[in-house]
Amino acid sequence: MADPMATVTRQTGLGMITIRADLDRAGDAIAEAAGLAIPDVTGITGDGSRALGWMSPDELLLILPAAEVAEARQALEQALTGEHALVVDMSNARVVFDVSGPHAADVIAKLAPVDAAAMPEGHLRRTRAAQTAAAIWRQGDGFRVIGFRSTADYLGLILQNAALPGSQLAPR
Amino acid sequence: MMTHVPPFRLPSGGRLIDRAFQVPFRFDGRHLRGLTGDTLASALLANGQMLMGRSFKYHRPRGPLASGAEEPNALFGLGQGGRFEPNQRATTTALANGMVMRSQNCWPSLDADVGSVNNWLAPFLPAGFYYKTFIHPRPFWKHVFEPIIRRSAGLGRAPTDPDPDRYEQAYGFADTVVVGGGIAGLTAARDAADKGGTVLVLEQTANWGGRTPTDHDGGQAAIDALLADLRGRDNVTLRRNTMATGLYDHGYLIAREALADHDPNAGLPRQRLWRIRAGHVITATGALERPLSFACNDVPGVMLASAARDFIADYGVAPGRRIVVVTNNDDAYRTALTALAAGLEVPAIIDARPQATGDLPDAARQAGITVLTGSAIAKVKGTRHVESVVICDQSGDGKPTQTIECDAVAMSGGWSPVVHLWSHCGGKLIWDDAQAMFRPDADRPPLGADGTGNVTVVGSANGDLRCAGDLERTEGATEPVWVMPAKAPYKLRAKMWLDFQNDVKVTDVELAAREGYASVEHTKRYTTLGMATDQGKLSNINGLAVLSGALNQPIQATGTTTFRPPYTPLTLATIAAEAKGDAFQPLRKTPMHDWHEKHGASWEPVGHWRRAYAYLRGTEDRHAAVHREIMAVRNGVGTLDASTLGKIIVKGPDAGRFMDMLYTNMMSTLAVGKCRYGLMCSENGFLMDDGVVARLSDDTWLCHTTTGGADRIHGHMEDWLQCEWWDWKVYTANVTEEYAQIAVAGPKARELLDRLPGSIDFSQDALPFMTWAEGDIAGIPARVFRISFSGELSYEIAVPASRGPELWEQLHNSGHDLNITPYGTEAMHIMRAEKGFIMIGDETDGTVIPQDLGLDWAISKKKADYIGKRAQRRSHMTDGNRWKLVGLESLDDNVLPDGAYAVDEGVNANGQRRVQGRVTSSYQSPTLGKPIAMGLVRHGPARMGQVLDFPMPSGEVMQARIVDPVFFDKEGGRLNG
Repeated sequence: MADPMATVTRQTGLGMITIRADLDRAGDAIAEAAGLAIPDVTGITGDGSRALGWMSPDELLLILPAAEVAEARQALEQALTGEHALVVDMSNARVVFDVSGPHAADVIAKLAPVDAAAMPEGHLRRTRAAQTAAAIWRQGDGFRVIGFRSTADYLGLILQNAALPGSQLAPR
Repeated sequence: MMTHVPPFRLPSGGRLIDRAFQVPFRFDGRHLRGLTGDTLASALLANGQMLMGRSFKYHRPRGPLASGAEEPNALFGLGQGGRFEPNQRATTTALANGMVMRSQNCWPSLDADVGSVNNWLAPFLPAGFYYKTFIHPRPFWKHVFEPIIRRSAGLGRAPTDPDPDRYEQAYGFADTVVVGGGIAGLTAARDAADKGGTVLVLEQTANWGGRTPTDHDGGQAAIDALLADLRGRDNVTLRRNTMATGLYDHGYLIAREALADHDPNAGLPRQRLWRIRAGHVITATGALERPLSFACNDVPGVMLASAARDFIADYGVAPGRRIVVVTNNDDAYRTALTALAAGLEVPAIIDARPQATGDLPDAARQAGITVLTGSAIAKVKGTRHVESVVICDQSGDGKPTQTIECDAVAMSGGWSPVVHLWSHCGGKLIWDDAQAMFRPDADRPPLGADGTGNVTVVGSANGDLRCAGDLERTEGATEPVWVMPAKAPYKLRAKMWLDFQNDVKVTDVELAAREGYASVEHTKRYTTLGMATDQGKLSNINGLAVLSGALNQPIQATGTTTFRPPYTPLTLATIAAEAKGDAFQPLRKTPMHDWHEKHGASWEPVGHWRRAYAYLRGTEDRHAAVHREIMAVRNGVGTLDASTLGKIIVKGPDAGRFMDMLYTNMMSTLAVGKCRYGLMCSENGFLMDDGVVARLSDDTWLCHTTTGGADRIHGHMEDWLQCEWWDWKVYTANVTEEYAQIAVAGPKARELLDRLPGSIDFSQDALPFMTWAEGDIAGIPARVFRISFSGELSYEIAVPASRGPELWEQLHNSGHDLNITPYGTEAMHIMRAEKGFIMIGDETDGTVIPQDLGLDWAISKKKADYIGKRAQRRSHMTDGNRWKLVGLESLDDNVLPDGAYAVDEGVNANGQRRVQGRVTSSYQSPTLGKPIAMGLVRHGPARMGQVLDFPMPSGEVMQARIVDPVFFDKEGGRLNG
């Protein structure tokens, strides 16, 4: 009954940089500055510390330790000198939750119109969690969910509610 | 005369019950016991209770008619307090420990119901009675008839307390979804699984197998074998207690899973609403047995033959000691054999067909049961329970041949495939004359995104009533019987029920036909046939067959009514799911939200944001707080949380050009370091947003939008960039949430800011009005905009959102002696009105152009184009008669009501009083100590000093003088200070 489904943890200390540029022209320069490969369409690449997610045909999101933001931002701006590009610090605009545990996919499946169980590693899904925008990808033994700072309490609450012990989706 | 035997629990049998476990429950205050595995209906029958409800219109006594989802009669109010639910079907609700149920649509009690007087008035309450009776005199409808009818309308009572249970939703995905866990569904699931891909099987009840285990020897073994096979496959998921309620476009299937229905102590969500994307849907939803239309077919104890069989075989409950079977097909003979095997008496099988020669009739005859072919029931005798049936010839007019005493009647008028899901999304039906049923037309299925059928139907849902393969016995054909006996006179037809819940009889449908209701949809609404909570599952086909007969046309010419989701009612709480309590809606909170909460914020919803309307101190009301806040700002310094304002970065080589198109005024020429107030119009020229733009660098602008405009304006920008000007080199980013923004306003704002350590020079020379600067304040990186919405010396400070509370606290800690005061949105609104500043949403409503508001100074004459420019040249837009912005000063001390209209002389073509203006903003000004207002008035700016009349609903007329809209500090000395 009280089978733990997943733990929901709010992550702090992460920074985020939004990069907009022509990825065909500037992809290599961005990859070098970010230290990560450019992700495929709807993909996310990472090295354990940083991650680089595909947000739209001309937008990437670099997620990295907050302490590295200023330096990375500078490196990106330098790499994109002469290019038409936009590099913006979004570290404060977002909130990050990790949903981990044996039934983490069930928690996601209750809130987002996503086949969470079938979601492959390295896939980033821009979607919604119930009534708020979210981006979701696999991380560790579960999922990482990012949303807006202003709705952090709501996002945390619905994730906790969806992780109610015993309410996993497997048929009983 | 034989003694009537009420329903009772058989000494043995009942494949779904466990006799070892008794389950206590309460029914209308009586303490009763059922068994584990019982439904409410079987438990009540086991306690001798056949009477389970009163019909809606005539309050006739009713027993259960069916044993499943199609049940129209046995509906109860279930649970107590917040868990009370009306109209719960006893035949599908599992009995649970301590359950409390009460009967509906009766007063004072189920047994002695006063409303049943309607039954005696039945001849005066035919179809359409309400429409015909309550139309005259006209005023009576609104004041007399409607209130009375509304009170007596609707079945069951709505719960009054909040539902304490939890509900949730889940998104499911499967290549194939099979709806129905009977033999056809399980077989189809196995076949689909063989082909690969994921298969999800949904079964509405707690038990697999559908009718097969009950109806066929060896049925359970066949089902068990299929289940064992399916359970051994990785690509198959079997889900019980899950009712597929609706199928929508693109294979979107909605299903309700019961997790902890009526088990609040399980600690689980009560129900889960599945939202499933199915690659392909296989409906194996079975068929529903039809009632027969003979006189008094609604007396408690008359039920479907399949239901009688289920109660005996599945629950070990007998509907009575002596059961007469009446049928037009072979299947009902199974009920006779089942009853006999359970030790009950079957005095006769009344078969409307001239002959009955299949395996089952033979078996019945061999068992010694009398089979009367070509026969019919002329009438059921008894009111509260069945006493006897009068037999006649089916081909005749009801002349009695004999009377048979009995306790129950098991009837079967044939079977109708459950075609609901198939039909929800556009699947078509054909009339199958041989089987007398509508069944899915395989050539016209619901279509998927690729234009091919995405639903297939199997088993009896497809009209294949004998789908159990080797388990089947040969059966004779069903013969359609829509009225029993064929030539029944009016007197009998007026007692033949079609819709048992809504009390629609054969004669009602015939009357509708006579009165010209030839369309089945019109007849449905005129008679209310099929409009009850069961949605005509039993009445539909019989009703339209009777209508076809009355119209003298074949059934296919009449057609069916539309099948709409949900198949069975859904609890609203399941649809709301997680969206209740604190999770009802996402509340957007600014970084300083907690501070506001701790300091008496009285909240105002602004979109999903919560903003402080005012901060209440002690026993203050909102009005007093707003007054105090404004005076503090005007005389000292105040802080406003402006974080919700939209902030959008626009960058690129073409950004200047883009900005000039977005705004009505010139933005490309704005110098770096400067700010400019700008207006944005829609393509149609109407003012849609405003705000201050700051030029951050050579190729970067920062656009401030209204709170509500942030997402909308960002979308507007991307729309133009992606769809129209895709070759312009511009990138945008919505950075609204990245920053906390604090307005520090008041004559002492500079004095306060100068007290904080940092790198920014706040002096008039270094940072004059409409400029911005970057640096750090109290160790926090900040951008400061010298802009003012209050009319005071004002700085808006943007810092990283996470540092906002820190800056806010620092400001308040440093300004005690300056009487630093947090102010809310209402103080902001009033102060801007005192200054004559417009507010999007107050002075604008989607029909107002900047020129109406005297904002011509913010409209560039030099630019070749901007969004809305052409529209603003239309004749109507340049019409000199447009209402224009003015100030309004009440002639007495009263505040004009917001939205009040100024009247003109005469009346318009509709006889309405002409109007010449309206109030757009109106407040009591604390600064000026008098009411102030703004409004739009015809030729307003040219009519300074004139007095307008504003009639009030009370009949009084308020008067106000047209004045300049800037009430305070017209010269702007304060904001430039």
